[in-house]
Amino acid sequence: MAFGGVKVFNNLDFELMRGDCHAIIGPNGAGKTTFVAIITGLLSPTSGEVLLDGQDVTRYSVKQRVAEGIVRTFQINTLFDSLTPIESVVIAICQRDKVAKPTFRAIKHLHAQIDEAYALLEKFGLADDAIVATQLLPYGKQRVLEVVLAYALRPRVLLLDEPAAGLSTSQGRALFEQVVTLAQGTTVLFIEHDMNLVFSYATRVSVFAGGTVIANGTPDEIRAHAGVRDAYLGT
Amino acid sequence: MRETANLFFRLRVRWSAWEIIFWLAWAGVFFYPGINLALLGQVLIWGLFAMSLDLVLGYRGIPSLGHAAFFGIGAYTAGFLGKYGWTEPLSGLLAAGLVSGSVGLMTGRIVRGLYGVGLLMVTLGLNLLLYDFVDRSTKLTGGHDGLQDIVIAPVLGLFRFDMSGHTAYVYILTVTFILFFGVRALVNSAWGLSLIGARDNSRRMTMLGAPVAGDLTWAFGISAFVAGVAGALLTQTTQFASPEMLSFQRSADLLVVLVIGGTAMLYGGFFGALVYVVLRDQLAALNPIYWYFWIGLLLVLIVTFFRTGILPTASQFWIRLTAHQSKRNKLPGGTSL
Repeated sequence: MAFGGVKVFNNLDFELMRGDCHAIIGPNGAGKTTFVAIITGLLSPTSGEVLLDGQDVTRYSVKQRVAEGIVRTFQINTLFDSLTPIESVVIAICQRDKVAKPTFRAIKHLHAQIDEAYALLEKFGLADDAIVATQLLPYGKQRVLEVVLAYALRPRVLLLDEPAAGLSTSQGRALFEQVVTLAQGTTVLFIEHDMNLVFSYATRVSVFAGGTVIANGTPDEIRAHAGVRDAYLGT
Repeated sequence: MRETANLFFRLRVRWSAWEIIFWLAWAGVFFYPGINLALLGQVLIWGLFAMSLDLVLGYRGIPSLGHAAFFGIGAYTAGFLGKYGWTEPLSGLLAAGLVSGSVGLMTGRIVRGLYGVGLLMVTLGLNLLLYDFVDRSTKLTGGHDGLQDIVIAPVLGLFRFDMSGHTAYVYILTVTFILFFGVRALVNSAWGLSLIGARDNSRRMTMLGAPVAGDLTWAFGISAFVAGVAGALLTQTTQFASPEMLSFQRSADLLVVLVIGGTAMLYGGFFGALVYVVLRDQLAALNPIYWYFWIGLLLVLIVTFFRTGILPTASQFWIRLTAHQSKRNKLPGGTSL
C-alpha cells in the first residue's frame, strides 16, 4: 500500500482465522490503522487483495463490506451525540434488518428491533443510561456504546480499533470481558496498546512494525520472541 | 425494564396537547370576526415552505440556500396548468408537487458528494440559474411581470376562490395539515431516525451499512415536493406567479424564518413564519422602506439570546419549569413539545 511515494506496507501478508480473537500490536506509525482502513474499505490498496472466506472483496465499497459482515469501531468515538443509546442501537439494528426505508410507519411499532436493542444494552451494562443523550454520558460508557453499535450488526468480522483507549484498567478489562463473552462465533480483530489486555484476551497476536508483520503467533510465543522484545516490548 | 424502551419510543412519537391546541387554533381563527384570513393564509404557506426546509436542514443537517427554486417550480407548474386550461386545483397541486419533487430528487443526487460551503454554493447557484431563466423568458413565463391570466376552478367543484379569502384559507389549512401529518410520520419512522443519525455522524451511518446518499436524495425529493405544493398554493390562491417566488431573496428569507422559529421541530417554521409575516405586514405599514432593517435586527437578537430559535428555547424553558425527573434524562425529541 503506497500513498504517492510513501510505501506504508511492504509485502504485507495477513491471515485471520475464523473464531480467533486476534490482536494487532506495534508502535505508532507501523501501519495498523491503515491496515484496518484497507480491510474495511475506507482505503483501496495500491496493490494486493483482500479476501473474505475466499471471496475477493478488494473492490467492495464500505457499505458492501458491512453487508458482508465486516464492521469496525473507531479509535475516537463515532457516535450520534444528540441521540440516546437506545435510539442509536435501534438505528443500527434497523439498518441491519433493512427496515429503515422511507415509510410512514412510526418507529414505536418496531418492537422486535427495540427489544433486541434494549437486551443488547443490558448485556453491555448500559441499560440504566438507555435514555440519556449520548453527549451527556461519561467517556467510559460512550466507549462501550461504540462497541455495542458495531456488535449490534451481528458481524462476521468485528474490528476494534483501540477499544480501551482512554479507559481505566478495570473499565478496559470489563469491556474486553463483555466482548469476549458475547462474541462467540464472531471473529474479532483488535488493535491495542495495553499489553495486559492483549495477553489476557488474545488467542493470536501479530506484531506490526515498519509496514510489515515482524512476528505472528500465540501470546506466549510473542512474549518470548526476541525481535519483538527489541522493537516494541522492551525487556 | 424492557418496557422503558418501548415506552420511550411511544412517548417520542405521540401527539402532545400543544400540537392539538396549535391545529385547533388555526381552525378556530376562521370563525373569528374580522380576522385577516389572507394574511394568515400567507403565514401557513410560509410555514409549510419552512417545514420543507426543516426536513433537509433540521433533520438531515444539510443547509440549502436555494429552496425557493422548488417553491417557484411548484408555483409556475400550477400557474401553467391554470393558464392553459387545466384549472382543477387539487390535481394541479399534485402535479406541481411531483414536478418539484422530481427536480428535488435530481438535486439530491447532485449534492450527495458535497458538504459545507461547496454544497451551499451549488444550491445557491442552481437557484440563481433558474431565477435568471424564468425572469428573462418573457415569451414562456411572462418574464419579470409574472404569469398572468391564471384561472383556478372551484375546489371540488363547489368552493370558489373569492375575494373574502374564506375558501382560500380552508384550502390552504387543509393541504398544510395533510402534508404536515405526512412529514411528521416520516420523521417519526425508522427512516427519520436514520436521517438524524446521518446528521449527527454520517461516518458512523456509513459504517452501519446505511444508504446515506440514497436517503439524502429521498429527503431532498420529499422536501422539494412539499415546497412545490406550497408554491402552488400561493399561485392558486392569488392567481398569479412571479419570478420573485423563486428568487434568492425568498431562499434567504426562508432560512431566516426557520432559524427564528427553530429547526428540527417541524413547528418551528410556522412560528418563524408568524413572526416574519405579521412583522412584515405591520412594519411595512409603518415604514415601507426600512422595515427590512427590523427583520435583520430581530434575527440578530433571536440568534444571540435564543440561540436555537423561538420554539426550541420556549420548549426548553417549559421542560425546566415542569420537569419532575432527573434533568439528565432526555425527554423524547422528535416533534413533541
